[in-house]
Amino acid sequence: MTSIRIDGRDCPTRAGINLLQACLEAGASLPYFCWHPELGSVGACRQCAIKQFSGPDDTKGRIVMACMTPVSENTIISIDDPEARDFRASIIEWMMVNHPHDCPVCEEGGECHLRDMTVMTGHNTRRYRFTKRTHRNQDLGPFVKHEMNRCIACYRCVRFYRDYAGGDDLAVFASHDNVYFGRAEDGTLQNAFSGNLAEICPTGVFTDKPFSAIYTRKWDLRGAPSVCVHCAVGCNTIANAREETLRRVLNRYNADVNRYLLCDRGRFGHGFVNAPTRIRTPLRGIGGQQVPISMADALTTFARMAAQGRIVGIASTRAALETCFSLHALVGPQNFCTGQTRHEQECTELAHALLARHPGALPTLHEMESADAVLVLGEDVCATAPRLGLSLRQSVRQASFHTADDAKVPRWMDAAVRTLGAQCPSGLYVLTPAPTDLDGVAAQTRRAAPDDIARLGFAIAHEIDPAAPPVIDLMPDDMQLAARIAHTLVAARKPLVVSGMQYGAPALIQAASSIAAALARATPEAGLSLVLPECNSMGLAMMGGLSLETVMEQARAGEISTLVIVENDLTRHLSQADVAELVAAVPDIVVIDHTATPLCQQAGLVLPVAAFSECSGTLVSQEGRAQRFFQVVFPPAPIQAGWRWIQALARSLDPPAPHMTGLTGWQDLDDVLAALAPVFPHLAPATQAAPGADYRMNGQKLRSQTYRASGRTVIRSYISVRDQPPPSSPDTPFSSSMEGAYGPDMPAALVSGYQASPWNSVQALNRFQHEIGGPLRGGDCGIRLLSRAGHPDAKAAYATDIPRPHAVQADTVLVLPDTRLFGSDELSTLSPPVMARATAPTLGLPASMVTSGRMVLHLDDGPHVLPVEPVPGLPVGIALCPAHMVARAFRFPQMARLETVPDEEERS
Amino acid sequence: MLTAEAPLPAPVRAEILALAAQEPHPRGAGVAALRLVQAHFGWVSTAHLREVAALLGMSADDLDGIATCFNLLFRRPVGRHVIMLCDSVTCWIMGREPLCAHLWLTLGIRPGETTADNAITLLPTVCIGHCDHAPAMLVDNALHGNVTTATLDHLIDTLGHTP
Amino acid sequence: MTPASERPLTAMIDPAAGPPDCAAYERHGGWQATRRALGRLAPAEIIDMVTRSKLRGRGGAGFGTGQKWSFVPKESATERQKYLIANADEMEPGTFKDRWLLEGNPLQLIEGMILAAYAVQAGHGIIFLRGEYHLACTRLHRAIGEARQLGWLGENILGSGFGLDIHVHSSAGRYICGEETALLTALEGRRPTPRSKPPFPQTGGLWGAPSVVNNVETLCNLPHIITNGPEWFAGLGLGEDGGTKIYGVSGRVARPGAWELPIGTPLRQIIEERAGGMRPGYQLRALLPGGASTAFLDAAALDVAMDYGSVEKAGSRLGTGMAIILDDRTCPIGMIRNLEHFFAQESCGWCTPCRDGLPWVERLLDAIEDGTGQDEDMDQLARHARMLGAPGRTFCAHAPGAMAPLASGLKLFAADFAAHIRQRRCPQQSGA
Repeated sequence: MTSIRIDGRDCPTRAGINLLQACLEAGASLPYFCWHPELGSVGACRQCAIKQFSGPDDTKGRIVMACMTPVSENTIISIDDPEARDFRASIIEWMMVNHPHDCPVCEEGGECHLRDMTVMTGHNTRRYRFTKRTHRNQDLGPFVKHEMNRCIACYRCVRFYRDYAGGDDLAVFASHDNVYFGRAEDGTLQNAFSGNLAEICPTGVFTDKPFSAIYTRKWDLRGAPSVCVHCAVGCNTIANAREETLRRVLNRYNADVNRYLLCDRGRFGHGFVNAPTRIRTPLRGIGGQQVPISMADALTTFARMAAQGRIVGIASTRAALETCFSLHALVGPQNFCTGQTRHEQECTELAHALLARHPGALPTLHEMESADAVLVLGEDVCATAPRLGLSLRQSVRQASFHTADDAKVPRWMDAAVRTLGAQCPSGLYVLTPAPTDLDGVAAQTRRAAPDDIARLGFAIAHEIDPAAPPVIDLMPDDMQLAARIAHTLVAARKPLVVSGMQYGAPALIQAASSIAAALARATPEAGLSLVLPECNSMGLAMMGGLSLETVMEQARAGEISTLVIVENDLTRHLSQADVAELVAAVPDIVVIDHTATPLCQQAGLVLPVAAFSECSGTLVSQEGRAQRFFQVVFPPAPIQAGWRWIQALARSLDPPAPHMTGLTGWQDLDDVLAALAPVFPHLAPATQAAPGADYRMNGQKLRSQTYRASGRTVIRSYISVRDQPPPSSPDTPFSSSMEGAYGPDMPAALVSGYQASPWNSVQALNRFQHEIGGPLRGGDCGIRLLSRAGHPDAKAAYATDIPRPHAVQADTVLVLPDTRLFGSDELSTLSPPVMARATAPTLGLPASMVTSGRMVLHLDDGPHVLPVEPVPGLPVGIALCPAHMVARAFRFPQMARLETVPDEEERS
Repeated sequence: MLTAEAPLPAPVRAEILALAAQEPHPRGAGVAALRLVQAHFGWVSTAHLREVAALLGMSADDLDGIATCFNLLFRRPVGRHVIMLCDSVTCWIMGREPLCAHLWLTLGIRPGETTADNAITLLPTVCIGHCDHAPAMLVDNALHGNVTTATLDHLIDTLGHTP
Repeated sequence: MTPASERPLTAMIDPAAGPPDCAAYERHGGWQATRRALGRLAPAEIIDMVTRSKLRGRGGAGFGTGQKWSFVPKESATERQKYLIANADEMEPGTFKDRWLLEGNPLQLIEGMILAAYAVQAGHGIIFLRGEYHLACTRLHRAIGEARQLGWLGENILGSGFGLDIHVHSSAGRYICGEETALLTALEGRRPTPRSKPPFPQTGGLWGAPSVVNNVETLCNLPHIITNGPEWFAGLGLGEDGGTKIYGVSGRVARPGAWELPIGTPLRQIIEERAGGMRPGYQLRALLPGGASTAFLDAAALDVAMDYGSVEKAGSRLGTGMAIILDDRTCPIGMIRNLEHFFAQESCGWCTPCRDGLPWVERLLDAIEDGTGQDEDMDQLARHARMLGAPGRTFCAHAPGAMAPLASGLKLFAADFAAHIRQRRCPQQSGA
């Protein structure tokens, strides 16, 4: 154990870190700006100056920057040294020279790191008596607001945006005290992680623009731990609300998953919760009209429907485990559908099975960052699992880290490591049909049809382990590529294979699994990661059930009397014709959803359910991590959690069905999970995803507002000046108010926001960790349901059904889903700022196939006229069509006819 | 007539690509490419900056971040001739302020400005290494030392008449 | 005039005739060192010779040249990409020595680069040239072209197996590019901000490859060291340091200029004998001995020997060795204001104290010089001099350099500052 002396106090610390980290970990309040745990040190701001002494006899010492100085055994430093204090106060004073002091109108106010640091250094008198320089601000698009005058030039924004996230449209301009951080011209920031600037910026230069429009000070916000619902990665978030409306989503640190950063879809997708598309009352469909009815009428209606015959329940991959399980309890296992098409269900269940028996590692996002060779096989992760893509982007730095290690330069010395790594090779290979955002950092990319990529994958597996089946008739070019990739993967200490379900190709997933399994024979750390489509796809894969096709068959046979469809817009899964047939074949359709989807229009009964911010529940991410999200908004009745609606339906039945034992008696979320555990034993650990509702800290519930929250009487004064008891939820250990316990040691899954006086910004997170960048003091968030299988028999994992090469056909194209970061995901697209970022659908074609500006694509549901866009590298015979944006149900490849628009043909 | 909005002429584009090819990474040719454009057009317009950026595989934002931090890269149009009057210490001691004032009196321009007839732009420059002949200035590419108001007047006359 | 043998750097320079071509260069003793070194002396032997010659960097920092080279990894040029870079970004106010060498004898620099590159086994040479040096640029290109044509540059020079090509990078005007790590960053087509060390350029420099950055004057010494031997070179100096040095004087002296003299020549001799003393009617008040970023010395210090150690003992730095004279009719506050304006403008904007501290200093001096100074301003100036002056507080040496004339000026011209504030005007008509 290394030990250093800080102001006469001996503090145990860790070798390899810098003195700023060491001071923060020792609990000292040492101010800083340019250093960031994920971005490392560059020594720009000079704020963390301390005095370092060469030995016990050195009384003079010298000023060093803590962030740039490695910990060494017996380091003696002083934070309180007058000269160091004086210098730090001067730094703040210099930063404040041009700062506008506009805190009262600044969105950062109340959570401003600059203000915290100013108070910490004691700077409180302005001595600069000259004019301030000013800048012009820019319109940076729908997500991020820009106020350059507040800038203290810490360079964090560009370091994050450019160096870390790979963006190239934010830069530093000009020089000396006129440096400007922005774009060359006004315009939308293009990087998928731009929203993080609001948290990365230590003051109010970059702020959350949608939040700004419905702004509330941090101290007046209620917070709850939440989980992102916009893909299957399972990033942890903090949901903030005031006056029972969701105001914003912030990053919530999970050391294994998203750590410090969210993608823009996750940060800004929550707008669907407050959108006009929300359903707020039960609706009865009468003669094509949707009429609001009371909750009691709704339940009576359901009871009448249920009495007519068999009820089948359709769950959803975007609904919580508890909701799905309660539906399972209501209808019984024979009548429970996962809400997926057979193809999708087979893919997710295959992915689950392959992961469950993978002999190597199932890496977390954080572990992926240190993979030294990565193969992306047929998945545009930057669109389907953006945060995972960001982790893969970091993995390419491994070679530069090794170079830095050899040069004895610490890895956190960010600029130095990037200098040393200028020529270091990348270990990332991207084999996808279309370009991806990772191409720029890849050692090599290859564009091919999904089947051809799968064939390459199988060939790589065979290269690694001859026992894996060979691929016959592979082109020499592909054989060489397969050999090269196999060689790189075999030579790596931590190789990783990533694939997914974007192209609905089981062969791709199989091939990925075969490669990872082949590697794991010699390299136990060989990782496999498979991207799934929805936030609870893995949960449903682990529950199992009927497919939508089976439900269709039963409906056609007249075997279904009532369908209860929970949080599932079937029009995104089934063609229009199929949906129409289903609706016609089933007498009564009940839809439980928070959003008025096209399906709701066709339902006899629609029940308004709580969105993720209005209830609590558990989701299982693609890596099999069960995580709990908690209620932050208390919606007006009858909006309630899905499982409570289903329970209400069950209670309305007379007599209750025999298989629903327990359902009607559940009191809270913990009861639901307790009932789930014996039915689905492999999901049982999900009960441990977070402490239950009865958890108490120091005998108290946990507060979800800051102790500075403005009085609730005042907030409601426009309704009544009488005090009202704060709302409460039986499902969580939170009080909805400022009353209750809170502290950095609270269970990690229950951290509702970061504040640890004198740290009021998100930087207070440092206080919630023992080690900077390590797990939270309160343990893990969530629980892994999948663990490494550990059996060494890779051979069992080798699939033998290798697809035939993709054949170009004369009259048809293979249409692949072009999954968009903004526009393809169902719920985020209803969020106004995300909607503003979704670009119009286009038909992507290889340049050689572009014959006119617009073309007609004949998908299963009919012809679509689309503007054509040439896609560099796209193989011949393949077209890209945005998933869900053109044909609502289009999400998996299909063969389609392609024609020029008749009148345009005439013109040309 | 070459204008700052017209696309870069093919030989300039070819030369930029050749410069880029000499570097381990094309961005290494950034400053050289911008100087080349400026040599042809007198300044670097946004349209040209974008074009150069594309040739070097950089974003315009990235390249402009570099362009805007160098004193000799002009991101705004300049006159037909550029007078860069040294404002560093020896020239200051030796009387560059009265020269600057003289230009204001005779041409009506202060540092950073261009005459109405677009003939002359006046810019300050840091020391140009001609301190033994201070005050000194660069007129376009030519170095002038021991500058006096008389030499300035003569120069202005000449410049006014040369294209 | 010093005999040509005692001023090796400038012996061949004849402004009237222009720079020598390869043949003329060879006639006057050029290329001898290359013939002697390439393939005959081991790189380590050259490093050893240069170390023994006591050559120290002439760019201002004065680091031992041989020592600087010794940190470069020893692989041969064919085994590993390495760079040798001539720092010709001469931008220190008051400094015009490298321009003289570049315009006067570019082949001498090229030969120096060949020798340095051979010593560190770098296969790529770059001259980082100030954008304003148009004549030097033309002449360098011509000289490189000729040298290349005659086989002095290119592959397998003199059949030694060692090859070097030299490329001229014309910069675009940024003082900070003279700082060696900022120079490397600029060469990579990025904003020229300095880099932290480690990695030192010798191990992780341009594009991450081992790189050596040497000043033009430093490199020009090398052919003479190799030709005449390190002992000869060391013997040229009058004191601790070896060789000659180009000294210069600018300001109100009778004959401003630059001269190659033995290193360690007393300042008084340079000013009085070479520069002809002050112009009639002017008295020497103080001077910056080695460019804008060195501390003021007053007339009492004129007997200091102009070598690294002696000038430092006198309270300043040798810097570039190019002195700027403050006369008695020029306002010292005006002069410091001019200097601080330069430093504030040329701050790269990377670190806070330099970026935001220097403009504050400039405005304080503006106010004092313009007659709106306040007594507290003196505290602020002193605080800045203290906060920015010590090494290690700012990212690079730019701000400490800026504080050298301020801190020394505050002491030396205390009465002038007080008079400005008291009288609410500049008592001297300066700059006129």
